[in-house]
Amino acid sequence: MTNLAQLFFDAASLGGLYAMAALGIALIFGVMNLVNFAHGEYIAFCVFALIVPSTDAVAMMFLGRAPALVLILVVLALGGLIAVASEYAVFRHLRRADPVAMMIASFALGFVIRNALLAAYGGRPKAISLWPGLNTPVNIAGASVPLLQLIVIVTTLLVVTGLALLLKKTRIGLEMRAAAENFTMARLLGVRANRVITGAFALSGALAAAVALIMATQTGVADVKMGGQIMLVAFIATVLGGLGSLPGAVAAGFMVGIVSVVLQAWLPLDARPFRDAFLYTLVIVCLLLRPQGLFVPASAKPRV
Amino acid sequence: MQSQHTSNRIAAYSTPVVLAVLLLGFVVLVALFGDKALARTMAETLVRVVLVVSLWIFVGNSGVINFGHAGYMAIGAYCSAWLTLKPQSKALFLPDLPDWLMQAQWPVFPAAIAGGLLAAFIALLSGAAILRLSGIAASIATFAFLAIVNTVYSNWEGVTGATSSVVGLPRYVNQWVALGWAVAAIFAANLYANSASGLALRATREDEVAARASGIDMYRHRLLSLVISGFFTGVSGALLGHSIGVLNPDSFYLGITFISLAMLVVGGIGSLSGAVMGVLLLSLLIELLVRAEQGMAIGTTHFALPSGSQEILIGMAMILVLIVRPNGVTAGKEFKLKPQWLRQSRLDSAKSTN
Repeated sequence: MTNLAQLFFDAASLGGLYAMAALGIALIFGVMNLVNFAHGEYIAFCVFALIVPSTDAVAMMFLGRAPALVLILVVLALGGLIAVASEYAVFRHLRRADPVAMMIASFALGFVIRNALLAAYGGRPKAISLWPGLNTPVNIAGASVPLLQLIVIVTTLLVVTGLALLLKKTRIGLEMRAAAENFTMARLLGVRANRVITGAFALSGALAAAVALIMATQTGVADVKMGGQIMLVAFIATVLGGLGSLPGAVAAGFMVGIVSVVLQAWLPLDARPFRDAFLYTLVIVCLLLRPQGLFVPASAKPRV
Repeated sequence: MQSQHTSNRIAAYSTPVVLAVLLLGFVVLVALFGDKALARTMAETLVRVVLVVSLWIFVGNSGVINFGHAGYMAIGAYCSAWLTLKPQSKALFLPDLPDWLMQAQWPVFPAAIAGGLLAAFIALLSGAAILRLSGIAASIATFAFLAIVNTVYSNWEGVTGATSSVVGLPRYVNQWVALGWAVAAIFAANLYANSASGLALRATREDEVAARASGIDMYRHRLLSLVISGFFTGVSGALLGHSIGVLNPDSFYLGITFISLAMLVVGGIGSLSGAVMGVLLLSLLIELLVRAEQGMAIGTTHFALPSGSQEILIGMAMILVLIVRPNGVTAGKEFKLKPQWLRQSRLDSAKSTN
């Protein structure tokens, strides 16, 4: 029983993290059919914004010293800012390009950001301590759960409900959904394309920043490569959930998190280093069974 | 009497000849006037030609971006290493290899072929699953494939040496060996692109629905081109391993994926000439930037770019090309020779129809 409760909290918090990352990618894909390969680098950028740029092994906290509320707001704003800036600098000029060209451009942009971080901070992973108190375990239902896991679960729920409300109840949300459904038609009906796209990028960047804060607290490490793995999982979740479907992305994000925790717990010890290989193989098998993903949005049906 | 169609088809076969002569010209120039370091760079560039051309066989014809080719490279490179390393060093570094592989000490050429074949086989298996997906989803699944290969090769301690490098590969790949494989890959790519399957695949690239309506089985042609592409990608991995002499799973991950895609995009995805030109242009740019990072003395002052600017500038160049010239430098055109007698026949046929 204890084990099950422990497993549940591990799975829910990891799944929540993946779901938030997947949402960030699905939002942009929904609005402009862009598979944003720079998303992982947004995450890394936000983590590194916490510390002073230097190539020393020991990290000096920079933003990380600010009080929690200020810090969270500033980092979220920074995440939104870099996403919007990349839209202005790169993707705005590619509006008419096909999705493949945009995907490659985002890959290149990610490479540029990553190497800029490498140049500014050096290649070695650095230890950072952001709110170490949050990693102290609390006893719930016989399982010892780090406080952070609870916060992650609650945050995910809040973010998902907040986003759902935003999309269902506000004008910009309505415009975003219309744009995701049929961009050309939405523009003809008076949706301002640039505003919607900028909004989607800002939200996506803020989600990346939230993921970055959680990861930095959880792992206590700032590493240029830290965005790559979670971005890959997020991509997989968006494809698995059905490209362009926001609820699908959230559900699939949770699913990947759960499967990954279960594999970690139940795989024999020798096979554990290969966990990710098993995970991705499962994903490919899953896609074979449902090539369109689990939740197929109406916009995904090919029109002739 | 030839129709214009036939003369165009014959002219299409001149592309690999032009490209091969171009590469041969570079190699001869380097052999005559260059130093050892330049020959080394030339060999590396030609290995990249093999890689990017084999990438083009799939990506160029199908229009589906493949992020997984670095995985096929790793498979080919390690396979060739297993077959060519000395049994003593394998017993020391890779103790879990099966006995027959442990004792194997093949000559280098069959080992490279075997590496290619293994990669082609894995391409067949992975492609059979991945290529059932639609374009963008398939691209992301190839990324997952790359992660699978990287996870397995970085953790399979006794067979791949995990993250500690495999050392002591015979370094036989000089510019001539690399030139041979590059020319072979270019001819194979051109033959495939002009075959019935290649034409059908390009039709699906232009318009999936129309191609399907004309009775083209897209899945089959995509799979065939991925297998051919996998073979040469595996060979390019083997060549890379035998030109630097050291193997590490991380040298077959995002870095090489990025640089090979950048070369393909800058040159132009639409044509084989674009793939080769992309490699030549970006290799030149990289070489210049590396020199600039080391610094140069102009007069008495010493100028040097900060390290890391090479990657950043190449990324920016790639974005710029995508914005300004989305179809790449060659814009999908091939270098072709149109000999006089072909042109003549075109005039004749034009006259005869009048």
